[in-house]
Amino acid sequence: MSNFTDFFSFSDPNVRYVTAGAVLITASSALVGSFTFLNKKSLIGDAIAHAVLPGICLGFLLSGTKNPLYLIAGAFITGWLSLYAIQYIIAKSRIKEDTAIGLILSVFFGFGILLLTYIQKSGNANQSGLDHFIFGKAASLVGADLITFSIVSILLITFTLLFFKEFKLLVFDRNYAVALGLPVKRLELLLTSMIVLAVVVGIQAVGVVLMAAVLITPAAVARFWTNSIRIMFIIAALVGAFSGLAGAYISYTAPSMPTGPWIVIVVSTLALLSFMIAPKKGILNRYFKQRRFRRTIQDENVLKVLYQLGESSKNFFVQRYADEIIRKRSFDKKGLHRSIQRLCSQGYLEKIGKLCVLTQEGKTRAQRIVKIHRLWELYLTTHVHIAPDHVHEDADTIEHFLTPELEADLEQILNYPVVDPHKTKIPY
Amino acid sequence: MNDFWIILTGSLVAISCALLGCFLILRRMALVGDAISHAVLPGIVLAFLFSGSRDSLTMVIGAGLLGLITTFLIEFFHKKAKLQSDAAIGVTFTWLFAIGVVLISLFAGKVDLDQDCVLYGEIAYTPLDMIILEGGYLLAPKAIVVMSCVLISILLVIYFFYKELLVTSFDPGYATALGFSTAFWHYLLMGMVSATTVASFESVGAILVVALLIVPPATAYLLTDNFKRMLLISSGVGVVASASGYYLAVWMDGSIAAAIATMCGLLFALAFVFSPTHGILKRKLVRAIN
Amino acid sequence: MNKNISAVSALEVHDLTVAFDRKPVLWNIDLEIPQGKLVGIIGPNGAGKSTLIKSVMGLLPLSSGYCKIFDEKIDDVRHRISYVPQRESVDWDFPVSVLDVVMMGRYGKLGLLKRPRKADLDVAMDCLRKVGMESFANRQIAQLSGGQQQRTFLARALAQQADIYFMDEPFAGVDAATEKAIINLLRTMTAANKTVIVVHHDLQSVSSYFDWVILLNTRLVANGPTTSTFTQDKLQETYGGKLTLLSDVGDLIRRENFPNREEKVL
Repeated sequence: MSNFTDFFSFSDPNVRYVTAGAVLITASSALVGSFTFLNKKSLIGDAIAHAVLPGICLGFLLSGTKNPLYLIAGAFITGWLSLYAIQYIIAKSRIKEDTAIGLILSVFFGFGILLLTYIQKSGNANQSGLDHFIFGKAASLVGADLITFSIVSILLITFTLLFFKEFKLLVFDRNYAVALGLPVKRLELLLTSMIVLAVVVGIQAVGVVLMAAVLITPAAVARFWTNSIRIMFIIAALVGAFSGLAGAYISYTAPSMPTGPWIVIVVSTLALLSFMIAPKKGILNRYFKQRRFRRTIQDENVLKVLYQLGESSKNFFVQRYADEIIRKRSFDKKGLHRSIQRLCSQGYLEKIGKLCVLTQEGKTRAQRIVKIHRLWELYLTTHVHIAPDHVHEDADTIEHFLTPELEADLEQILNYPVVDPHKTKIPY
Repeated sequence: MNDFWIILTGSLVAISCALLGCFLILRRMALVGDAISHAVLPGIVLAFLFSGSRDSLTMVIGAGLLGLITTFLIEFFHKKAKLQSDAAIGVTFTWLFAIGVVLISLFAGKVDLDQDCVLYGEIAYTPLDMIILEGGYLLAPKAIVVMSCVLISILLVIYFFYKELLVTSFDPGYATALGFSTAFWHYLLMGMVSATTVASFESVGAILVVALLIVPPATAYLLTDNFKRMLLISSGVGVVASASGYYLAVWMDGSIAAAIATMCGLLFALAFVFSPTHGILKRKLVRAIN
Repeated sequence: MNKNISAVSALEVHDLTVAFDRKPVLWNIDLEIPQGKLVGIIGPNGAGKSTLIKSVMGLLPLSSGYCKIFDEKIDDVRHRISYVPQRESVDWDFPVSVLDVVMMGRYGKLGLLKRPRKADLDVAMDCLRKVGMESFANRQIAQLSGGQQQRTFLARALAQQADIYFMDEPFAGVDAATEKAIINLLRTMTAANKTVIVVHHDLQSVSSYFDWVILLNTRLVANGPTTSTFTQDKLQETYGGKLTLLSDVGDLIRRENFPNREEKVL
């Protein structure tokens, strides 16, 4: 626990720097990555990330130092080259996009590893640390490197904010952007350069192998929580920042651990949680919503049966046993009792001993369902030309969902008819 | 002799991957193959922890299962969580791979695996792990025995189920209409990719196996319009890359698996430029003549 | 009961509803088609023409209803059904030859582990001859023109030697001469009591091509012999009147993720 307080008091200046650096890097990567996510090009980021490795190695080999500027320059060049190669292969041959991405990714990475092992074996004392680029090491962010990487991250964030509107249009509808006269080619060049730069700084913290997760997973998380693109970017940046913080902490407490995989586990866990519990889009919510629908349908069916029984006995407020309801329409017994209880507590039914009876509200609600059912049956026969003996099932579903607006449309289109296709009276 | 064993191991891995890769790229599933090869890592580590050895059968089963789980997960995220498919692939494999790497670091003492092995395998050591028969005869390196079994299984499946694999790859809708189960052949293929990835893991690592899965078939795709020939050519490209990669690695004193991947890329580049049917030079020539 | 074979209708669709992403694209379709007819499925874009064929073939999940072919479940009569998918549904860069593709038509009849024999090869070559493609047998499909691709698909379907054929836009991207040749071929097939059901776009040629039409626009507008069914007012209804309310309700179901059908409580 003392590690925890030590770290989060930020009293150690080293901790402050490393944390600030890691947070900036992951947050800016998440921002830029959100564009690739929206563009449905998530895996291009993966390819670029793998492809910067040979650039870093070449930068080191040619300059002989670990000066981040040379490494960034090398990484930038091969990252760009990989992107260009993917597009060139797709344009100039029958090779499809997925194959081109996988091909460039693995070949560039293979070449990078070849150079890396060559450097390691050639015994250059300076090389120690190059392999941190593979799985990342946030703690190695110190001194001048940190300043360089932070500046690049801030630049990325600034550019995202400055050109947000243009990039948004570009990823949403490129043709429209062209039609509007935007400098689409130059914007694309800028955006791809930003992606390459984000990768180049991001691999400091997570490494080339898992960089794709830092680019796209925060965007995937954010997408589950909102439909607004602005809020999505804010959430993505926050998720990215949080994962950076986690990475810095892990790097501080367990120096032997590679940081990258931990950062990825943190964001992936957030992603899995979001997939499950996010409101509206989450799997759990959708499951509960379906359950709610099933309940509503069952409850309304009970009301409907009581209404229909009332129609035949010409009195809607007769007290009836549950068995009478089941005789009219098959219900599961336990489910029926739960429905009756729910309807009683909502004031649609009243229970007197073992008998139940519609209230005025209950009758009104039941009447609306029966009306929609019969109107929809009529609509299907007159307008959609479906045989009268096939319209019942469809109407049995629609009656529960039709909005008041569509209900009014339906009445108007049919001009308030008196009877349904089975010559039953339609109640208003 | 070591040279021979290493090149033979590399070739066996390369041919196995190339054969499966042909189906992968024609089904537009190259990136699912990429994802599987990353995602089997936690399976390998866990199988290691439970069985306490690198004994191949446990590993192939453990990781093979994980490969299938990966395909399920990708489809689950795509269909149930409605995540776009590219992101579903990206999120799934980075997550599983990260778990694998962390497991390796956590159990560094207990698991005879390290991050370097994950990245580029230990093909150089394969000749050291010989199967020794009673009486002290050296039979062959274990890796060769394992990879031979894998390759033979793949060849048998392709030989016996050629028509099913072909029709479900070319026209899945039509195949379903004929009554073939596209899902079955899909998962069979994915299961084979997982098993092959695992079996190749010790030799070439989890990441460079992607190069062997994708690049030789892509090269062959540029050289022929005949599917059977594509299978043959991609195997050939794999073998050439293995042999030349080995000598490149010896010359540079670098990783053999990485050099093989590099050679694959070089061979692809040659086919891309000079292919008599689909090369860019040919295209340019045709345009110049017209 | 011993039914008179030719009296059994070729296709029966009963109360069929098909939904994409829960939104119904076909509502409660009911239709029956006798044997030996050349049938056109006509309707505007997005009317669900291909969807109808695909759901009959069992390629799409049904929300309600069932389909029967020769009064049997589809899976029991697959060997009697043949299918021509849309040309764009496959990758024409796939490294196979024309003959390879046509041989696929024989795969359904071969069992597991069985390889095509000489007899299958003869059937395939014969079918290629029927569509005038025998000289292209060993050509790679990547080198075919649009019309040749279409004829290859047709030959593949013929090679199935089925009794009922479903064709999804077989005339798309085909030149006039090929179209004529294909329609003549389909005529000879229906003369031999085969049933051919074709998704078709060109209204001009409907009356001269088909002896039976299905007019479709997310719901069935009409189904019957061309002479009595392919009329001006029916056409007007198919192409003119979009039922706004119907598609609004469909959108509502998709947006709110409502179930298409109530679950039955038994």
